[in-house]
Amino acid sequence: MSAFTATVTVRLETGVRDPEADTTQQSLERLGFELQSLRSADQFEIDLDAADAEAARDRANAMAERLLANPTIHDYSVAVQSR
Amino acid sequence: MTVAIVRFGGSNCDRDAARALGAMDIDHEIVWHEDGLPADTTAVMLPGGFSYGDYLRAGAMAARAPIMETIRARAEDGVPVLGICNGAQIGCEAGLTPGAFTTNESARFQCEHVHVRVENADTRWTRAYETGEVLELPIAHADGRFEITQSELRHLEAEDRILFRYSTPDGTVTNEANPNGSTDNVAGILGENEGVAVLMPHPERAALADIGSTDGRVILAGLRQATVAP
Repeated sequence: MSAFTATVTVRLETGVRDPEADTTQQSLERLGFELQSLRSADQFEIDLDAADAEAARDRANAMAERLLANPTIHDYSVAVQSR
Repeated sequence: MTVAIVRFGGSNCDRDAARALGAMDIDHEIVWHEDGLPADTTAVMLPGGFSYGDYLRAGAMAARAPIMETIRARAEDGVPVLGICNGAQIGCEAGLTPGAFTTNESARFQCEHVHVRVENADTRWTRAYETGEVLELPIAHADGRFEITQSELRHLEAEDRILFRYSTPDGTVTNEANPNGSTDNVAGILGENEGVAVLMPHPERAALADIGSTDGRVILAGLRQATVAP
């Protein structure tokens, strides 16, 4: 077994409105910053032991499918690094 | 018969629900989720609240509690299941109903009275109404915006599974009458069978004349009978 950190990033799918991001953007603009758009995302860093990186990725994907993301509104990506 | 009102950590409308059902002489029991459903359960109510602090997503944790597997199986057997507010979020997260309830368009918690139009009166929850009739019910949520893919929405419409839409008092569906930005003003939907319903407004807070409205009673009465008369 080897030690990995799987980083799962969960984002709203393109086209799904994000009122929290809109509000954040408005606040930044009120502070005088210039920006074109802003997207928010949730990121989970998961330490796990697995036979190899592929096994770690499979497990993190399963976690995203079962709980971390909601397929109705979310896309997600998984990155795996040795730890 | 007993209506099981399932309490999770952070549920807070369970006692409101019990009081409303009590006033309607509907036998009921508040059930801690880890204790499972009572043997004589004839209907299930998932009450409102903030189960598990809305961590991750509203309803996400409660939806994955073991009792939900039992509830899913009972629902398939025809046991009525009603999810209200956080219970509706739990129902969608658990896949009892399609779609998702997420952040209000306003990005604020909203606590107000709204009007909803009955879209399908041929269900145990709406049988005392005609399609197109309007109810006044309270809402109290931060995550009530119904999101669903266009193809799933068309599927729901084709199967007549949209139960309520936010509307004006005279029953017109408008953007102004939509309190939270829900897709197509959807306020409540049905599951695979009409015995499963979820909605964001609170019928149990509109069941006692002393607090202003009894429009919610008909919806709650859907918990009373185990099967719909043909």
